[in-house]
Amino acid sequence: MTTPLPPADSTASRVVRRGLILSGLALLALAGVYVLALGYTPIEARQGLAQKIFYLHVPAAWSALLAFSLVGITSALYLWLADPRLDRFAAASAEVGVAFSAVMLTTGPIWAKPIWGTWWTWDARLTLTLFLFFLFVGYLALRASVHDPAERARFSAVVGILGLLLVPFIHLSVYLFRTLHPQPIVLKPSAPSLPPAMLRTLLISFAVFTVMYVGFVMARYGLSLADEAREGGDAG
Amino acid sequence: MSEALRLALVVAGKDLRAELRSRTALLSALVFSALVLVIFNFARDPTVLAAADLAPSVLWVTFALAATVTMNRAFTVERENGALDGLLLAPIPREAIFLGKLLANLAFVGTVEALTLPLLILFFNVDFGRALPGVVGVTALATLGFVSVGTIFGAMAVRTRFAELLLPVLLLPFMVPPIIAAVQVTSRLLAGRPLSEMGGWLRLLTLYDIVFVTLCTMVFSAVVDE
Repeated sequence: MTTPLPPADSTASRVVRRGLILSGLALLALAGVYVLALGYTPIEARQGLAQKIFYLHVPAAWSALLAFSLVGITSALYLWLADPRLDRFAAASAEVGVAFSAVMLTTGPIWAKPIWGTWWTWDARLTLTLFLFFLFVGYLALRASVHDPAERARFSAVVGILGLLLVPFIHLSVYLFRTLHPQPIVLKPSAPSLPPAMLRTLLISFAVFTVMYVGFVMARYGLSLADEAREGGDAG
Repeated sequence: MSEALRLALVVAGKDLRAELRSRTALLSALVFSALVLVIFNFARDPTVLAAADLAPSVLWVTFALAATVTMNRAFTVERENGALDGLLLAPIPREAIFLGKLLANLAFVGTVEALTLPLLILFFNVDFGRALPGVVGVTALATLGFVSVGTIFGAMAVRTRFAELLLPVLLLPFMVPPIIAAVQVTSRLLAGRPLSEMGGWLRLLTLYDIVFVTLCTMVFSAVVDE
């Protein structure tokens, strides 16, 4: 980022500062999650230490999917309301979502190699998230290559909406392949089937990753605000 | 409705006439897909995998690549001399312009596919036999869906700095569901399996077509209107 820091009293800089504080707190809490995961939770009987990666992998996946769903929803709203805040939010959320999917897509194979015996498999969930990742990398590439802000907002909103509708189709089309991915453990009709210590740590990690998502998006949103203010200043 | 359809046909007719007079895009796309088939032939080990087993995947990868290359032209031709502005100023509803562009793209991609299929039969020595009408049908079903998404993305990509690169990057994730379904149906057709084994895939393709043709027609004005 070559953007110089905005003046300290502007809205942009306030948003960035709040976002950074929130992200900092979340990162500190993440260190706490590491401690809990390594020291507090029991070692899983069959998977051993490899299972510890779940405390990162699953919440990262949650944050990524949250990010991408919000991009889809704000995109649809943008075409309706044409509010630049929605576009700024979608852009920030997409960028953060790509970062979280990168975490998800790297921690997954690290776990899968010792447990499944393979780094990657074309299972429904893996394929879906991989394509979501590609879709949003394309979304960011599109944003980077359109110069006019209004045009950029409309184009990316169209991709966001189409992407939201693509998800069920990718899911349907890969679902028929036998799925290897562990089935839901926490969000399922019966009670969560894992020891309380594990569940507690996982839930804490979910919360931490959600706060981290909010912090990152806020910081990114503030940076776009600053960017726009600077460009407006240049033009005027 | 019939008026919109007539206008759509006018827009499509304009594109087809312009293409028939130059023939450059269509010929290049054809040569491109022939080359892809040739590369596939040398990229496979004939002692390990029979050509007939590979045919559905080769066919659909070639279709996907050729379609992407072909669809870039629909809006690049409108870029010169501000032709798109002229088209947008014409008293035609946006939906009709989109449908016209979609029809023209379908005609181009369909032509390339219609000529690629015999080339595949020729190069790979596959006997389609009684499966041929089914393969043609599933090709039409799958092509309609991804061409409509490609038409929207083509209209956007042409206004960006890297149109030729951006279109495939955006479009290929959207090609995944129809291509997976089409490959599954094609290989079952070639194996002479009963229709009941393809029902799910065919429903998926139909639903994809309905959802994306409708949605793309609706959002087109957001792409072209300032």
